[in-house]
This record gives sequence, C-alpha cells and structure tokens, in this order.
Amino acid sequence: MAGHFEATGDGGAAIALDEVEISILRSLVVQLLELIGPGEESAEGEQDPLASLFAEGPSEPPSDPALARLFPDAYGPGPAGRREGENGESAEDEEERRASAEFRRYTEKDLRARKREDGLAVVRALDALTPDPASRRGGAGGAVLTLKPEESRQWLGALNDLRLAIGARLEVTDDDDSSELYHLPDSDPRKPMVMAYLWLGGLQETLIETLLP
Amino acid sequence: MGGVSVAPTEIERPESAEEPVEVPQPDVPWATVVHNDPVNLMSYVTFVFQSYFGYPKEKAKKLMMDVHHKGRAVVSTGSREEMERDVQAMHGYGLWATLQQDR
Repeated sequence: MAGHFEATGDGGAAIALDEVEISILRSLVVQLLELIGPGEESAEGEQDPLASLFAEGPSEPPSDPALARLFPDAYGPGPAGRREGENGESAEDEEERRASAEFRRYTEKDLRARKREDGLAVVRALDALTPDPASRRGGAGGAVLTLKPEESRQWLGALNDLRLAIGARLEVTDDDDSSELYHLPDSDPRKPMVMAYLWLGGLQETLIETLLP
Repeated sequence: MGGVSVAPTEIERPESAEEPVEVPQPDVPWATVVHNDPVNLMSYVTFVFQSYFGYPKEKAKKLMMDVHHKGRAVVSTGSREEMERDVQAMHGYGLWATLQQDR
C-alpha cells in the first residue's frame, strides 16, 4: 500500500487507490461515523429545525476512550489527567469540571456535526470513484481519486480523526518508532490495525504536503 | 472589554500589570494551551497553527516543537470568549487543547 497524494497544480490533490485500499478506507470511515453517531435529523425522522437549533449537547465527557479523545474537556489538566487518590477535589477542579460541562453543552453537537460531515465527504468521494479497468497503478477495480481544495481539507480532518480513534484503540502512547506496536509479530491480532494506522499516517502526511504553500 | 464607560472616570489608568485587583478581573487574559499527543503528526500540528492562526511557518513550527518537547505550549492569548473559540477550533482539528487563565 504505497499510494500517496500528489498536488494537482490547482490546489487539489490526487491519489491512485486500488480496490482493496478503497474498501479498507471506506470501511474504516464508516466505523468512525458509527462511533461519532447519527445527526439530529436522522434521530427522530422529522425534527423541528428550531428545536434542534436550541437543543443542548451533552455535559459529560464520552466514556469511550476513542470518543473522549475526539471530544476532550476544554478546561482542566489535559492528557496528564487529574491525579487520583487525593482526598476530595479542590474548588479549582470543581470549577474546571463545571466550565468543561458548560462548554461541552454548547459546542459538542457542532463538533460532532463537523466531524460527521468530513467523514461523509470521504465516503461520498470514494463511492463516486469510477473503476478504471485500464489503470496500471490501481490494477483492476482501482481508480484515481481527485480532490478539490475544500475536499482535501475535509479528507485531512477525517484522516486525522480516524488516526486519533485508532490510536486510542491501539493505546498508542509513544510517538517514536521504538514502540512495540510497530514491531508486532504477524500473528498479533493488532497487526492489521497497526498497518492501517501507519498507512493512514502516510496518506495524511502526503495530503498535508499538497496543502502547504 | 475596555468598552465604553458610562460615567466619566476619575483616573485615567494606564494598562498596568501591577494594578491591585479588588474584584475578579474579567480582563485577566486567558490562554489556549495545546497538549502533546502521540498520534497527531508534527507536520499536521504545524499546518493547523499556520492555517487557523495564520502564523508564519517558522512560528508555527516553533510552537509545534514546544508542544512536542515540553508537552504543551500556549498558542494564543486573549479574552475568555476568544480562547473558547480557539479551543473549539483546535478540537475541530483534533488537537487536544484547553484554556486557562494566563497567570
């Protein structure tokens, strides 16, 4: 899976994907969309647009680690986390928790909507691909995907969210290559997910290069 | 923030950090802090600082390196409302950001 994005010269990007890559990418993004959850409109069939405009989001952080990474608290210690085992919590902790809850109520719905839109843009682009039987690079069922600048940004967002979610699942904690995750034996059940994670990193890296001036 | 005062003020105070604080100060600046994480690519973090904040490449890169090596970096300062906007934007990009009073 050595595909990488190239700049198209008009601000867009292009990549040749084979059939397997298209199918893996689609399936991962669909899982991401399932994780993020449905939008307001599909929850209740016909939703009063005014009601959904004023509907509040959740105030508690998601319990799923991947979702919690996509929707972190806006106040508090960050990834370092609160120290456990202290007797009681300080007034400051309590204030941060309250402010985080309020922030979440007013922002998380929009954030989820944006991430959903990015993911849907990827699925749409993949579904619109016309297989190119003559493609030498993609092989049978492969195709060349071309993105407009705005689509590139949505893809970049979705690829990043995907890597964050997979990174949380794999419990990636090191950002260097020495992590045992990158040296797993073929028999390890995590191996395919690690391969996908690294492949997505390559896609994202080369897509960023096309967006830099 | 500074805004319009209704009554004429008696003293024209210069902006000063030494001013004694009597009431909780809404004007104490807030900061957006981006935290290091093992997943986000260094090139991506730099790209976000460039495209969202409009920072020149060198500054964006330096901030990214600060995040990477020191674990966190202040990427913007301003009012609480402005920083909530920045934090929300950072979460949109998938960066782990928090806001705090810039003491």
